Amino acid sequence: MPDTYIARSSNIAARMLAGEMMVMNSMDSTFFTLNEVATAIWQAADGRTPLRDIVSSRVCEQFDIDPEQAQADAAQFVADLAQHGILLVSDHPLGDSAVTEER
Amino acid sequence: MSLLAEMSQKAFDLGVPISVHLDVTYRCNERCVHCYLDHEDHGEMTTAEIKDVLDQLAEAGVFFLTFSGGEVLLRRDFFELLEYSRRLLFNVKVKTNAVMIRETEAQRIRALGVDTIQISVYSHRAEVHDAITKLPGSFHRTINAIRFLQQQGLKVTVANVLMTWNRHDSDGLQRLCAELGAHYTLDPTITPMMDGNTSVLSLRIPGEELPQVFRNPALVPNMEEFCAPPKPVTDDDLEGYSCSAGHSFCYISPYGDVYPCVQFPLPSGNIRRQKFLDIWNHSPELNEVRSIKARDLTVCSSCSHVSRCTRCPGLAYMEGSMRGPSSADCEKSYYRTGIPSANMLRNAGSASLIQIQPLAVHA
Repeated sequence: MPDTYIARSSNIAARMLAGEMMVMNSMDSTFFTLNEVATAIWQAADGRTPLRDIVSSRVCEQFDIDPEQAQADAAQFVADLAQHGILLVSDHPLGDSAVTEER
Repeated sequence: MSLLAEMSQKAFDLGVPISVHLDVTYRCNERCVHCYLDHEDHGEMTTAEIKDVLDQLAEAGVFFLTFSGGEVLLRRDFFELLEYSRRLLFNVKVKTNAVMIRETEAQRIRALGVDTIQISVYSHRAEVHDAITKLPGSFHRTINAIRFLQQQGLKVTVANVLMTWNRHDSDGLQRLCAELGAHYTLDPTITPMMDGNTSVLSLRIPGEELPQVFRNPALVPNMEEFCAPPKPVTDDDLEGYSCSAGHSFCYISPYGDVYPCVQFPLPSGNIRRQKFLDIWNHSPELNEVRSIKARDLTVCSSCSHVSRCTRCPGLAYMEGSMRGPSSADCEKSYYRTGIPSANMLRNAGSASLIQIQPLAVHA
């Protein structure tokens, strides 16, 4: 199975508020909040690290979640955010232009 | 309640400045007849200073950032600031007259992921718009800019300030906006100048004409509810606050001065001398604004409109007291519902009969 690479779209705005990450797509003004696990994946979406590695290092280890379940949940989460233009998904590493700083 | 409204309420409750309006210049290439600004440059913040402010705002939790002026594009570093703010992941709205936006600028704005461009347009007739802006040709340049921005897929909002000069042009402009694909907004509020000069208030449309605005379903989708008489005031209403000014929103001038709101010229600190969060958390002025509940208002606490009034504490402040009434909003409440405000009734008891004449007709 090929690796999946994820990067944050250049159209999004994001900020933490009281432990929740607010994310908004400027193209259609869709607004989301991400929970702690989703935030960890989103923050690690640098376009260079395979999703599989992000999940194992940022999710399974830090949140004590079953690896198989975590990989499946992450794949679903990434597909949802990609559908809303929040994340870019590719089977090869993505350039730096899509990745922005986040506080 | 939508998720966005929930998060905005959370920011309000926690005292997080989720939204900031930053004017990067007061200079302008138009000279609008109703403008409240002094367009001379008295020492704008430098590029480095504004970038530092943006860093501080991101740290403070600001999510919604509005760049405005003056005309923002008169700053040669504006795109640099825009790019910097987007790298910090703000949701950015830009307010502009758009006369300097051509295809290239529209493409750059699109590429930077700006959320919304708000553009001032005052009429569908070039001669009326240009007379208000005092810049010949501004109408055509602005409308062309809207087309360029729309071609890029950007969300454009047209902001029309209704005043005596363009009072008959709202419908025509609304139709033009529909043709252009731009969202249309209308505001009949004329604000005193920042130095307290109230001469521009003569441009306000007569109150008797406000119902035409409030009862226009194309402008007010929930018109019936909006114009309904006020419900009995509850204890919860009296525990409420006027608006987000100073609670989850503030305004920063090109000189680094911090205020509760654009329309609330209460100096609360300067970010050239203090960190933004020091001002936000410890300014006595902001803390005073935050302390005022509806029950603390000198006249409005006894007014039947108190729960749904658009009372602007900034306009009230400019009228004499941030705890007092804002007459312009009293007038709006009255012409919206037909029910006079407590302030109007109080004044009617002590002033000339001319002032109470409309009350006798509608009450």
